[in-house]
Amino acid sequence: MKPILETKDINKYFTDPVEFHVLKDISLKLERKEFVSIMGKSGCGKSTLLYILSTMDTNYTGELIIDGKNVSHESKDNLARIRSENIGFVFQFHYLLPEFTVLKNIMLPALKLGKFDHKTIKKNALEKLEILGMQEQADKKASRLSGGQKQRVAIARALINNPKIIMGDEPTGNLDSKNANIVFDILRELSNELDMSMLIVTHDKDFAKKTDRIIEMEDGYIIS
Amino acid sequence: MSNLSIIWDISKTHLFSKKKQTMVAALGVTFGISMFIIMMSFMTGLNQLLDGLVLNRTPHVQIYNNTDPTETQPTDSYFNAATNLNYIHSIKPKSRLERIHNALPILSELKKNKKVNGATPQTICKVFYIAGSNNLNGIISGIDVTQEARLFNFKDYIVEGDINSLIKKKNGVLLGSGIAEKLSLSVGDKIQILNPSGTSFSLSIGGIYQSGMAEIDDIQSYVNLKMAQQILGAGSNYISRIHVKLNDMEDAVPFSKLIENIYDVSAMDIKEANAQFDTGSSIRTLISYAVSITLLIVAGFGIYNILNMFIYEKMNDIAILKATGFTGRDVMLIFIFQALIIGVLGAALGLGVGYGASVIIDNIPFNSEALPTVKTYPVNYDPLFYITGIIFALVSTFLAGYLPARKAKKLDPVEIIRGQ
Ligand SMILES: Nc1ncnc2c1ncn2[C@@H]1O[C@H](COP(=O)(O)OP(=O)(O)OP(=O)(O)O)[C@@H](O)[C@H]1O
Ligand SMILES: [Mg+2]
Repeated sequence: MKPILETKDINKYFTDPVEFHVLKDISLKLERKEFVSIMGKSGCGKSTLLYILSTMDTNYTGELIIDGKNVSHESKDNLARIRSENIGFVFQFHYLLPEFTVLKNIMLPALKLGKFDHKTIKKNALEKLEILGMQEQADKKASRLSGGQKQRVAIARALINNPKIIMGDEPTGNLDSKNANIVFDILRELSNELDMSMLIVTHDKDFAKKTDRIIEMEDGYIIS
Repeated sequence: MSNLSIIWDISKTHLFSKKKQTMVAALGVTFGISMFIIMMSFMTGLNQLLDGLVLNRTPHVQIYNNTDPTETQPTDSYFNAATNLNYIHSIKPKSRLERIHNALPILSELKKNKKVNGATPQTICKVFYIAGSNNLNGIISGIDVTQEARLFNFKDYIVEGDINSLIKKKNGVLLGSGIAEKLSLSVGDKIQILNPSGTSFSLSIGGIYQSGMAEIDDIQSYVNLKMAQQILGAGSNYISRIHVKLNDMEDAVPFSKLIENIYDVSAMDIKEANAQFDTGSSIRTLISYAVSITLLIVAGFGIYNILNMFIYEKMNDIAILKATGFTGRDVMLIFIFQALIIGVLGAALGLGVGYGASVIIDNIPFNSEALPTVKTYPVNYDPLFYITGIIFALVSTFLAGYLPARKAKKLDPVEIIRGQ
């Protein structure tokens, strides 16, 4: 079976303020249902890589293949759609829309994708909230939640379009170890039960050890 | 839920969370639009009033007998001017009567003309108004009252009494208000006048005439055409002027030329008579537009600033929306919608405020010697101003929103997320 995500010789340079070769010949594969963590020293290029893999950053050379489709040369608008269909993203800082309710935050990506009607989307969103144990908070404004709660809502939002891959940039970075464990368990469960692949950047060794595979980065290279 | 309705929903939620700034931006538009409407309604109201005063009351073509010296002197036709050099010093006009030579046939031909709405004769005589030992210099014009009233709103000038008194009483007179004041006369009194040859007549005051211009009101009175001819001791064919009203004012210039060519008379058209008046109107209109447009542009800058600020505050939201599948165009639309909501709110409020203020102005008492029939400030409720106001508000808010919105479209979500 084809890998769900594959890169071939991705290179990226920053030119400002001086030319800086941040990613060097990155070739990797992510299999279906695989739970992979990315580790490496601060500044080695993990976030930069994740932005490219999530199709948000298009300024690179090399090839990015998602679910067998080469998306390296797609237009921004097409990428927006590919992204919402295939990838759920969890940021280090939860990043919810503060004025909207928890439920609306989760529903918006699905409403935009427009695959289901409003009612179905609402039902799905409530389901995802339930998975994360947050159904009581559905009608709260997102700005009123605690950090850990926001993080869980962000995961629920990443799930709403039933993506094939969930990417996370230190999703447990600012959670205490108890909450970090909860988040890890949730992600693990999701990858087992909903057949999602996970690609999670983390500095947490305990977290990484529990994943299927660790990709180690250093100075823009993948070293293992 | 269609794409647009999601975007609409997001725009609304954003604005609702910033009620204060939204109101401030909308009030900027309100101020611009309402000032635009007030200025235009008032200014054009004033213009219309003055137009009404001058244009509706002024004949389109005035026909009279010219007493200027003729351009070709008899010598020129006797000694060919091309081969001779004729010098004549001190040319004086020939003594001629101030009557139109063949007024009655001209009048009846004019009345038959399809372009002519109406034509009225006037007979003008110089008189003295007698006041004890004082004699006031003056002019009495004989008119056809019903025609004058129909064609030139003559009624507007009569501040007391009734114009029909000229028809009811043969010796009725509509006395100039300045004369009435100086001689302390009022409606119902009698007044003695002297004609140039010293004959005295007794006239009965049926009304007071006030044009608003003191130099006219101090000398001018009106009587029936017959009465004026009788004062002059002249026959019923003695007519000094003919005033013509055309169906279309634009015909005035060619029509007056035509009359001069056909008959041996002088004709002056309304454009010639009121050249300076026209410029006054157009300058007032120009100033109103300039001020209003400035106000709207200032309002536009207000929206531009506030939206720029919104976008700055909403950087994270923009990054999130883009990261979760919204396109740059969607994000741009969100901010354009916000601009348009502000514009529509502001414009709607502005129309209301503008209309309200116009009604208030319309009811402010405005009494002027010069405008006896006008009691309140003039206001023109032309729907065109309201339509122009809305269109301008929407266009300017769209433009003011477009620039920041395009910036939002181009924002790179990665930059924003990394910037945290
Ligand atoms: N916009 C940019 N312009 C120039 N250099 C940049 C830019 N963004 C990141 N860098 C540099 O690229 C390198 C990789 O950054 P990146 O954020 O990917 O590191 P990281 O591995 O995620 O680190 P951390 O673990 O601290 O999050 C860093 O050295 C950083 O200084
Ligand atoms: Mg990072």
